[in-house]
Amino acid sequence: MPGSFHRTITLTYVAVTSLLVAGCSFEQSALHPAGQDAGELSALAWFMFAAAVVVWSIVMGAAIYAVLGRKRPKSERFADRLILGGGVAFPTVGLAILLVFGLSLLPSWTSAETPDLRVHVRAEQFWWRLGYEQADGSLIETANELHLPNGATVEFVLSSTDVIHSFWIPALGGKMDAIPGRTNQLRLTPTKPGTYRGVCAEFCGPSHALMAFPVVVHEEGGFEQWTEQQRQPASVRSDAFLSAGCGGCHVVRGVSEAGAVGPDLTHFGSRSTIGAGTLRNTRENLIAWITAPAHIKPGAAMPSFQSLPEAERAAIADYLMELR
Amino acid sequence: MTPEEKTAETRQLEQVWAQPKGWRALSDVNNSTVGLWYIATAFAFMLFAGALALIIRLQLAVPENDLVPAETFNQLFTLHGTVMMFLFAVPIFEAVAILILPAMLGARDLPFPRLSAFGYWCFLIGGVFVSSSIFFGQAPDAGWFMYPPLSTEQSGIGADIWLLGLSFIEVASIAAAVELIVGVLKCRAPGMHINLAPLYSWYVLIVGAMILFAFPPLIAGDLLFELERLLDWPFFDVTRGGDPILWQHLFWIFGHPEVYIIFLPAIALLAMIVPTFAQRPIAGYSWIVLSALGTGFLSFGLWVHHMFTTGLPSISLGFFSAASEAVAIPTGIQIFAFIATVMLGTVVRSVPMLYCIGALAIFIIGGLTGVMVAVAPFDFQAHDTYFIVAHLHYVLIGGMLFPVMAGVHYYYPFSRGKQLSRKLGIWSFWLMFLGFNVAFLPMHLTGLLGMPRRVFTYPAGLGLEWLNLISTVGAFVFAAGFLVFAWDCVRPKRREPNVARNVWNAGTLEWATPVPVPSYGMRSIPVVNSRYPLWDDKEFVPAMDEGRGFLANAREGKRETLVTSVLDAQPVQVLRVGKPTWLPMIAAFGLGAVFIFSTYKLWIPTAAGGVVFLAALLRWLWTGTAIIPEKSGKDVGGGLELPLYVSGVRSTGWWAMFITMTGDLTAFLSLIFGYFFFWTVHPQFPPEGVDGPGWQWPAVSAVLALVAWATTLLARFGNRAGRVVLARWLLGGGLAAAGASVLALVAGPVTTGLDPTTNSYPAIVWALVVWTVAHLMVGMVMQGYCVARSMFGKMTPQHDADLWNVTLYWHFAGFQALLTSLVIGGFPLLA
Repeated sequence: MPGSFHRTITLTYVAVTSLLVAGCSFEQSALHPAGQDAGELSALAWFMFAAAVVVWSIVMGAAIYAVLGRKRPKSERFADRLILGGGVAFPTVGLAILLVFGLSLLPSWTSAETPDLRVHVRAEQFWWRLGYEQADGSLIETANELHLPNGATVEFVLSSTDVIHSFWIPALGGKMDAIPGRTNQLRLTPTKPGTYRGVCAEFCGPSHALMAFPVVVHEEGGFEQWTEQQRQPASVRSDAFLSAGCGGCHVVRGVSEAGAVGPDLTHFGSRSTIGAGTLRNTRENLIAWITAPAHIKPGAAMPSFQSLPEAERAAIADYLMELR
Repeated sequence: MTPEEKTAETRQLEQVWAQPKGWRALSDVNNSTVGLWYIATAFAFMLFAGALALIIRLQLAVPENDLVPAETFNQLFTLHGTVMMFLFAVPIFEAVAILILPAMLGARDLPFPRLSAFGYWCFLIGGVFVSSSIFFGQAPDAGWFMYPPLSTEQSGIGADIWLLGLSFIEVASIAAAVELIVGVLKCRAPGMHINLAPLYSWYVLIVGAMILFAFPPLIAGDLLFELERLLDWPFFDVTRGGDPILWQHLFWIFGHPEVYIIFLPAIALLAMIVPTFAQRPIAGYSWIVLSALGTGFLSFGLWVHHMFTTGLPSISLGFFSAASEAVAIPTGIQIFAFIATVMLGTVVRSVPMLYCIGALAIFIIGGLTGVMVAVAPFDFQAHDTYFIVAHLHYVLIGGMLFPVMAGVHYYYPFSRGKQLSRKLGIWSFWLMFLGFNVAFLPMHLTGLLGMPRRVFTYPAGLGLEWLNLISTVGAFVFAAGFLVFAWDCVRPKRREPNVARNVWNAGTLEWATPVPVPSYGMRSIPVVNSRYPLWDDKEFVPAMDEGRGFLANAREGKRETLVTSVLDAQPVQVLRVGKPTWLPMIAAFGLGAVFIFSTYKLWIPTAAGGVVFLAALLRWLWTGTAIIPEKSGKDVGGGLELPLYVSGVRSTGWWAMFITMTGDLTAFLSLIFGYFFFWTVHPQFPPEGVDGPGWQWPAVSAVLALVAWATTLLARFGNRAGRVVLARWLLGGGLAAAGASVLALVAGPVTTGLDPTTNSYPAIVWALVVWTVAHLMVGMVMQGYCVARSMFGKMTPQHDADLWNVTLYWHFAGFQALLTSLVIGGFPLLA
């Protein structure tokens, strides 16, 4: 399929949808690709859509002609030819072409080549634990916001601690399940800097719908800068945070490294969302979250801190916002 | 024959086949009553599940909505899928087939009417149990395919309700499959060679066979699932050597063929409707039969396409992609055969035809999106999104609901003697057709714009708002269309005139009866020499009416129908079928109590239910099956004398046992698959340091099971040779050997201290032992039953149907016992 066909159709589509639905960002769309696989697959999607419209029109045309058309007597041989031509020859040829072409896109999913970056993703109800593998094999741990360098081939190593989840960033490419007891690999190559959105695609419990994450694809050099910043431990302490027992479940490197049950909060203030893509990261939202997480996100494991004095909740929120 | 004699014959038939009146009507077992109950019940469940869907659509109408909480929403979509699939889509096939198949084949009833009634009551009880759970906030909530570990480790009682309720309904499905397969194979009118059989019956045969191979893996999966939930045997728990992927395999080995189990019977209705409204025989009869067979066969090789994103090797993706594409070919053949039929004929425009065209328009879109998602790389994007929601609804609505609606419009006069309104039919069609497309066409885009399925809400600003709102509006229009249809079906029609006989001028046998249809159906059973006897032979109907066919009387006061040979439909027997009785209903309530009370772990009521079930079942068998007739044969007309009692391969009971046990064997092989699946996923299997059951006790058990099997077979030969006492002793000895085999089989894992809760290996060994023990014990009951029948003179050297069927059971049970011992005792020696 010529690339120009796809480019034209995608550009037209993007233009039309943007006009129709002004104010939408389509950052979770497989049809607004920002990655190599997503690009190929959206091309495949448009090609198959076009072919489907043609096939549907032919078959329905034949059916409607059969019902409404003026009849000349036709022979039984005509029937046999129609059945064999329409039912055997036509789909066999069409499907063979589609299959060869479609499966040629498969090898890009798995490859023996060393990727440019390896990110360990552990899915948990209902958030994402992320570890960026460094040259020495160590991990920089963070959570719920994925940062990637543009143009790099990234391998995601997917696992799960509780139930089956599925890791999906539509704008970059296909999804892959995270299954307890197994490790799956998925490779994606972002091709366009910007902010996108990933989600859990396999139903995983009450807050399946609220298990998302922003994906930031950096321009040249931006990712290295971000990594350097994430590598640093936190520089400030907070008595409110520690005395409320937050450290029992959350790591803030350099401050409290005992509990790793919940998301790492070392650079929480630098993230754009709270609760794995559930709320925008603002002070008010954060206080509301600390007050009653399960009210915002059904089934969330974090307990309610309603019993804390309001001032302390605010102090914790202020502290977390400070962790940039 | 004088007119008086003829009237007398008609009166006999009327008396024998009369439907019970008043509250006794519920004890009816005749196919035309049970079929109607079945259809009405299935549609009632469909309305209920549709109402759930409307709540789902309301919740999703706008982003970040809080109409229903997440927990409720998860119950809503789980129950919507479960009810639509298990309480509507599959049962409606059984329901319609029970209603129309006998008349189409020229039989007075199905061969096992009481079994149909039993299946219906199971379906009703199980369905009400599963559906009503939502009113107590206890509905299953892990999605209709119930993936562990979410469903095993985190679900409440809803998961048990799902599991036990559905296992119970699967009993009904398998009962119907047995009934319908035997019906098609053995109850066709004389002369109706298998290649003259109406296409509908071919489809019923194929789908019945598919049920036998598709449902048992799910039953095996259910067994493992419930053993994990109830007794903590870790089949799916990774911390103890289990694997959640095993469930996915077992579920989809069932789940994918199930799509075709739903789709093919609906296509079968089109295969009856299209020729009638084209006023000519179907084009490409053989092509259709072959491609229906091909579809059924291929459908078992596609299940992995539901698991493309679980991290399978590329080679599997390629293979299952190709197989999934290939199934489009036989489907295409069937569609083009219908189009060719219409092109060759003279079209009569009617509401059923309108629904046929609508079905085609919708189904082809579902088929084409199916081809898309079968391409593995594309599926990586589309999987688990609203694209799939759109795809599956296009397939099911176009491939099942619309054809069934066409079928209801077409067969309504057959069953009720009145017409549905043409005007309301056109209204309901257009409302449903437009509403459906408005609701579901946008979902393809919704999915690719990134909306996963099963989300109770979605954020604003992703471009999903309008699409979802449009879908919600469409859903309500669709629902309105269905309500118009439902009203048309139930509105009183007493004042309307009856339709003319054979109102559509159809060519097949079911339209030969007068209106209103007498309780006995046709006056006499005709000889059939063509595929469309009503078109090909003008003398056909008058001959039937004048009683010139077979079985024109019921002189002995029994309900009788003809049994013919499998391929060429030569008459072989007069089969006496069951009269109205409460026993099937009592048995169903007993079995229902077992399933329902065990969900709540109320063991005493469970045991009581089991006793009621067994008692009802044994009474039913003892008083109603393999009855020695008062005379050896009956003159069925035309000077032909047929036996009233046959045993072995020629009898319907033997075929029913054979078919049931084929399904049973499939379930057993699914458990064996589980054993070897664990072997493939673990580097060391059996795991280090765990002793198996040893080889000695399994070997002893196998030998004893072989003895029990052999003595049963010898008893059959002995009994036939007139050595009745020897046969009893052989059966008794077999019973003892089987009991000893049970003890030996259990002794293996007990003596080596295998604890099923520690690891998946001992758990699967125990599961095989439990399965085999249950089979040996059922076999013992059967041997005892035969001894008793022999002692009470109900089984003689000539009348030995019971012993034939029990021997056949033992062929399967003996084989399973042997294989179990080989696997659990022998395999650890090799591995």
